[in-house]
Amino acid sequence: MAGGRIRAKFRRSNLYTFACLRPTTTESGEPESLQGPGFSRIVHCNQPNLHKKKPLRYCSNSISTTRYNIITFLPKAFFEQFRRVANIYFLVAAICSLFSISPFTPTSMIAPLVFVLGVSMTKEAIEDWHRFIQDVKVNSRKALVHKGGGVYGNKQWRNLRVGDIIKVEKDKFFPADLLLLSSSYEDGLCYVETMNLDGETNLKVKRSLEVTLGLDSDESFKDFKGIIRCEDPNPSLYTFVGNFEYERQVFPLDPGQILLRDSKLRNTAFIYGAVIFTGHDSKVMQNSTKSPSKRSGIERKMDRIIYVLLSALLGISVISSIGFYIQTKYQMPDWWYLLPQSATTCYDPNKAVASGFCHFVTAFMLYGYLIPISLYVSIEMVKFFQAIFINRDIDMYDDVSGTPAQARTSNLNEELGQVDTILSDKTGTLTCNQMDFLKCSIAGTAYGLKSSEVEVAAAKQIAIDLEQEEDVIFGPTRLGESEIELESIVTPMEGEGNKKVLKGFGFEDSRLMDGNWIREPKAKDILLFLRILAVCHTAIPEINEETNEITYEAESPDEIAFLVAAREFGFEFFRRNQSSIYVREGYPSSENPVEREYKILNLLDFTSKRKRMSVIVRDEDGQVFLLCKGADSIIFDRLAKNGRAYEEATTKHLNEYGESGLRTLALAYKRLDEVEYNAWNNEFVKAKTSIGGDREAILERLSDMMERNLVLVGATAVEDKLQKGVPQCIDKLAQAGLKIWVLTGDKMETAINIGFSCSLLRQGMRQICISITNSEILAQDAQKAIKENILLQITNALQMVKLEKDPHAAFALIIDGKTLTYVLEDDMKSQFLGLAVDCASVICCRVSPKQKALVTRLVKEGTGKTTLAIGDGANDVGMIQEADIGVGISGVEGMQAVMASDFAIAQFRFLEKLLVVHGHWCYKRIAQMICYFFYKNIAFGLTFLYFEAVTAFSGQSIYNDWYMILFNVFVTSLPVISLGVFEQDVSSEICLQFPALYQQGPRNLFFDWYRILGWMGNGLVASAIIFIFNVAFFCSQSFRSGGQTADMMTVGTTMFTCIVWVVNCQIALTMSHFTWIQHAFIWGSIGFWYLFLLIYGMVSPSYTGNVYKILPEVLGPAPSYWMVTLLVTVTCNLLYFSHIAIQRCFRPMDHHVIQEIKYYKKDIQDKIMWTREKSKARQETKIGFTARVEAKMRQLKGRLHKKHLSINSPRMFSTSPS
Amino acid sequence: MDSNTPPSSSAAAGSADPSAARRNSKRPKYSRFTQQELPACKPILTPGWVISSFMLVSIVFIPIGVASLLASHNVVEIVDRYDTVCIPESARNDKVNYIQSPGDKTCTRNITVTKHMKKPIYVYYQLDNFYQNHRRYVKSRSDAQLRSNGSADDVSSCEPEDKSNGQPIVPCGLIAWSLFNDTYDFSRNGQQLSLNKKGISWKSDREHKFGKNVFPRNFQNGSLIGGGSLNSSLPLSEQEDLIVWMRTAALPTFRKLYGKIEDDLQANDVIMVTLENRYNTYSFNGKKKLVLSTASWLGGKNDFLGIAYLTVGGLCLFLAMVFTILYLVKPRQLGDPSYLSWNRNPG
Repeated sequence: MAGGRIRAKFRRSNLYTFACLRPTTTESGEPESLQGPGFSRIVHCNQPNLHKKKPLRYCSNSISTTRYNIITFLPKAFFEQFRRVANIYFLVAAICSLFSISPFTPTSMIAPLVFVLGVSMTKEAIEDWHRFIQDVKVNSRKALVHKGGGVYGNKQWRNLRVGDIIKVEKDKFFPADLLLLSSSYEDGLCYVETMNLDGETNLKVKRSLEVTLGLDSDESFKDFKGIIRCEDPNPSLYTFVGNFEYERQVFPLDPGQILLRDSKLRNTAFIYGAVIFTGHDSKVMQNSTKSPSKRSGIERKMDRIIYVLLSALLGISVISSIGFYIQTKYQMPDWWYLLPQSATTCYDPNKAVASGFCHFVTAFMLYGYLIPISLYVSIEMVKFFQAIFINRDIDMYDDVSGTPAQARTSNLNEELGQVDTILSDKTGTLTCNQMDFLKCSIAGTAYGLKSSEVEVAAAKQIAIDLEQEEDVIFGPTRLGESEIELESIVTPMEGEGNKKVLKGFGFEDSRLMDGNWIREPKAKDILLFLRILAVCHTAIPEINEETNEITYEAESPDEIAFLVAAREFGFEFFRRNQSSIYVREGYPSSENPVEREYKILNLLDFTSKRKRMSVIVRDEDGQVFLLCKGADSIIFDRLAKNGRAYEEATTKHLNEYGESGLRTLALAYKRLDEVEYNAWNNEFVKAKTSIGGDREAILERLSDMMERNLVLVGATAVEDKLQKGVPQCIDKLAQAGLKIWVLTGDKMETAINIGFSCSLLRQGMRQICISITNSEILAQDAQKAIKENILLQITNALQMVKLEKDPHAAFALIIDGKTLTYVLEDDMKSQFLGLAVDCASVICCRVSPKQKALVTRLVKEGTGKTTLAIGDGANDVGMIQEADIGVGISGVEGMQAVMASDFAIAQFRFLEKLLVVHGHWCYKRIAQMICYFFYKNIAFGLTFLYFEAVTAFSGQSIYNDWYMILFNVFVTSLPVISLGVFEQDVSSEICLQFPALYQQGPRNLFFDWYRILGWMGNGLVASAIIFIFNVAFFCSQSFRSGGQTADMMTVGTTMFTCIVWVVNCQIALTMSHFTWIQHAFIWGSIGFWYLFLLIYGMVSPSYTGNVYKILPEVLGPAPSYWMVTLLVTVTCNLLYFSHIAIQRCFRPMDHHVIQEIKYYKKDIQDKIMWTREKSKARQETKIGFTARVEAKMRQLKGRLHKKHLSINSPRMFSTSPS
Repeated sequence: MDSNTPPSSSAAAGSADPSAARRNSKRPKYSRFTQQELPACKPILTPGWVISSFMLVSIVFIPIGVASLLASHNVVEIVDRYDTVCIPESARNDKVNYIQSPGDKTCTRNITVTKHMKKPIYVYYQLDNFYQNHRRYVKSRSDAQLRSNGSADDVSSCEPEDKSNGQPIVPCGLIAWSLFNDTYDFSRNGQQLSLNKKGISWKSDREHKFGKNVFPRNFQNGSLIGGGSLNSSLPLSEQEDLIVWMRTAALPTFRKLYGKIEDDLQANDVIMVTLENRYNTYSFNGKKKLVLSTASWLGGKNDFLGIAYLTVGGLCLFLAMVFTILYLVKPRQLGDPSYLSWNRNPG
């Protein structure tokens, strides 16, 4: 059955299937004793005191998910921080500053470092504090624990100990991994929801051992004692090996008796359980893996740039050390005013080499401003705000589930703007995982009139295509309209029809409804069909007390759809217990429905391998039936000779259903005679209760034996509903130039169907299916043959793609999981990737979670481009963690994928805004911001070097220490942060309307080396202008009318003023979007500088030295100060200004032109042009329905062309009347 | 099975019991800030803006440049290098020895005024190749000691010129120790020209940085004599030569104010300067110059600012014309969609 994706994970057969057959202890014999490594755990139930001491002392039940504790926080957090090269540099510099060789005071070196580390570490600490609070909350939850003598009391979770007997009530979480002893149900059954573990929302059944059934009251635990010997803690959620010793007997345990921590008791009043694994020993905690920390491509590149800068720093330090060495050795002895004869080592001309080394350290610190210390902090702050914008985006809020988008890590914001390939899960991501029963074929007759979404879409498409045809003929005047319609094609179903829409049921056919089926010619078969629907399943009914309506909980949504359908047809399944299923059968002939009980004798469960499930039931007449549903190919193989009456007709219908994108299952039955059944059952019971490795195989064989000679009844077709807006979103993403791969656990046909309904596939696309032709040969020697076969297929396909001349030809690659195992091996993967890259869409079906991750890695590493994986279930976790960006769908299937993801959105369609708007913006913002950072620090840092050259390389800085502290933190950081947070090249709606703009990211137009070096060059030029102009002006003469000459601090302050102006005007030129915030920050920073100078100048000269009153007394009244500032500011920005003027004039980029259109309001004046450009502004796509339309248009044009030719050619014959 | 648990789809919202109220609370609140829709001005560089910016710059800069050049040209500056000429021919082979040996080093220079000089005429001494900005030098001072009498012992930063015979030196440090000590006397036609040595330093320095009750102590009485000595009966706040000297210069060539002549000088006036050539610049081949200069509103004589302003202004004028021509020759209608990337690559 199609729910296999989920089922494969949770081996239900162990849980439920054979539950009605409880092996008695006498039969089961002595279980194997469990000893040896891996099986050392001993639990004394109800004697927790025994677990107080070693070796039976296990870890406590308190959990900690924090990264740090009070003691480890500092070392660990420091270690994290100093993994960044720049920080190590600054640490070394700060330590050096404590010694006299430092050119700066220790404060000016240490303060920024402390600030930067403080901000980062505070962020860490706050995050960890939240985790800690969360832990405390969890740890102090209350659980009812047996305190001895049959009395129960509340105890905090953290105090639970192994061996405790606890009572869990309905809708409470299990505090630890428990052995289920008994429940409020007589048969020791309970239902659990494991959403927190594996993301599945459906209920699982657990049941206790029979021996402990009696322990169902508080008192009964007074004297209870038992010993569990079992496996050691391990992360496998679906296995458990252990024995339970009770009353001198040993019983084997399996996962069916184990209740896992963090799952929830549902539909059961209470249970009793014994604690086996506590705290970090529990399976869920063992399972939690720290998701790998990801860094964006831009940040990795930024690190490389910092390395470059560091080496540049080393380079100029060496140069200036050599300079110092020469000066000290050859000239300093003459400089009597320095008293060279009594100089310390660092200035001693006799030890010039040593002083050179000394100076190297000094220089290394002096030029430190080349490395932007605040870059990391600023980026973190900016990303924090960007993440807030993502979280708060109303357009990405899902009203239905009430979840906003969530940037779970802000590290990757800019990576969102560079995605090249999207790898998507199907179920729950593209589709809702909600099935609607739409059609069926019973006894060779097709029922169900309603069309599927695919059919509706196709019909609409054809209508549009016709319109397009008119456009082709009459010119593109009406294109605007059709464009609008195009966007509303696939979601026309909402609100259509006034009937009450029933979830899971979309069937419309009066022949079967309202009991009319009884009048159909083959009513008997229909009856059987409906019974199979109502009986052959593993669902649980839930009665809503208020409305008396029944809802169903089942593992797969297909089953719910079947049960709802059966109910609508009059066969209401309303109760189940361990041995029977009760169905209310309504016949039109009788007023009241008849309640019937079907005794379930056996249940042969679904596995992905078997692809079928059966129940063996005894009806009220005592007849035994086997009812079976399964994949059509499987069922058809197993039909009896006399059961193939409808095979031909059904096959035809199945094909039709498949084409319209529906999931199909075939239903069959078999009547068993008592003797035959008993013989089989005996064997089956024996096999079931046997112990040994081949038990599964024997059971498999026995089931297989039973499920033969079936009689075909019919087939069902359910629609896997697409999520809202998925086709449009895929269309837009494709237009933005993104490639979309679908990786699904579904079978090939289903995947292809969905491919069609999402427009990933279309008619006229060449489908390349790569599969193992003969799936039966799996022997060792055949492996090679298979590989060769696959390779041949790939090479042929590659050949075909290469030889294709038509530029519009599109290829689709479809590959299944089995083939993928071979393809992903090292020797073949490059060929496969080569082929896959050439194909417009790639669909991988039947892939395991592991393979999803492997494919992701292949794309990521093979193409070197950014990949984004999106998925919703636990099976997508690997893929999500592997991809550059992992996006989790936080809506339907629980939390696993979300927990592993970097971004969580509620619906697939939000991906469009996340990438095309937020991604685009964040990419440009961060890229510009980093470039600017390097620019401003080079512009500032190099002035130190130039000044060195005129101070005999002595390491003197021309600026006051405070200026330098100020530079990175106060006068330049806020503007650049506002650039990073608020900059928009074009508004969000334009981003969405012109998806082609997105390509600026994947092409990395804003952070290529050309641009980075350009910015660095700009910084270099600016620093040179600033220094040269200042020195040339202040060279020796007086600088004001009072005749005073400039001292060092005057020159330094003027230079610094110039720098403040230059870098702030530069950022104003860089920005294209000014809100009041940018204005405030940029002009405020400049204003702040003067304010600082004024206020700092008023502080006592003991602290300020020559800066005392420098602005009001020295510089302010001097016109030359202001003139130099103006001159330098204008000159420095002239180059960049000319550059952007020329660029905009002659080589405008797309966003420039769009900005201009908007600026001149041309979009309002010339709507036709605007619409035309919007429709052209996309990458040429081969997928999505726009591509469909285009393909169709080409076809029509071609036809028209031919027609023209035939009209223009001389007519040989007069045309005959048509 | 009594249960009013919600159907599976809503239970999937991720929490135990998602009620409608809580759901809505998760809905992001609309604000123009969070939706990034704040009103913004989005200027773009139209040709008009480009040309007018360039024009504006040139219109502003060229007059400023002209004014600066005029100001600079109006300044009369007389520079007289005397380091070599003030050493007797006989001693010129070993200038260092001459300057270090005791004896009278008076030297007379006659300076002819080239142009009428309005008062006040500033007298500077200019030193070349003197690294007042050397780190060892710059650090070697004690601001606290200069400021108040109580901090006389605060000499830790003054090494090696911190103490003499165990007593702290006031003012300590290499800067003070190497105080410039050439002196100039001016006379015109045998008549003494009064030289005003008051007010040559910054007011704030006199009032706040150099103490009124701090007197030189132990100054220049060590084994090595550096530069000039100080009158130990005058407080530091009145030792303006020291105050000027202590403002270290940014470049190895620097001028420092020596005094002001409060008289107009006429063209062709001959000024006789009697100078005491004491300061040793000969060790490091430094030049010594005496500078007489008037000052304009822009300060002394320096054409740089004027030329730079004129150059940048001229460049902008040129760029404005170039851009005008470019826009005329190869006009691009702004917002012309044919420049969009998808329209440029045919297909």
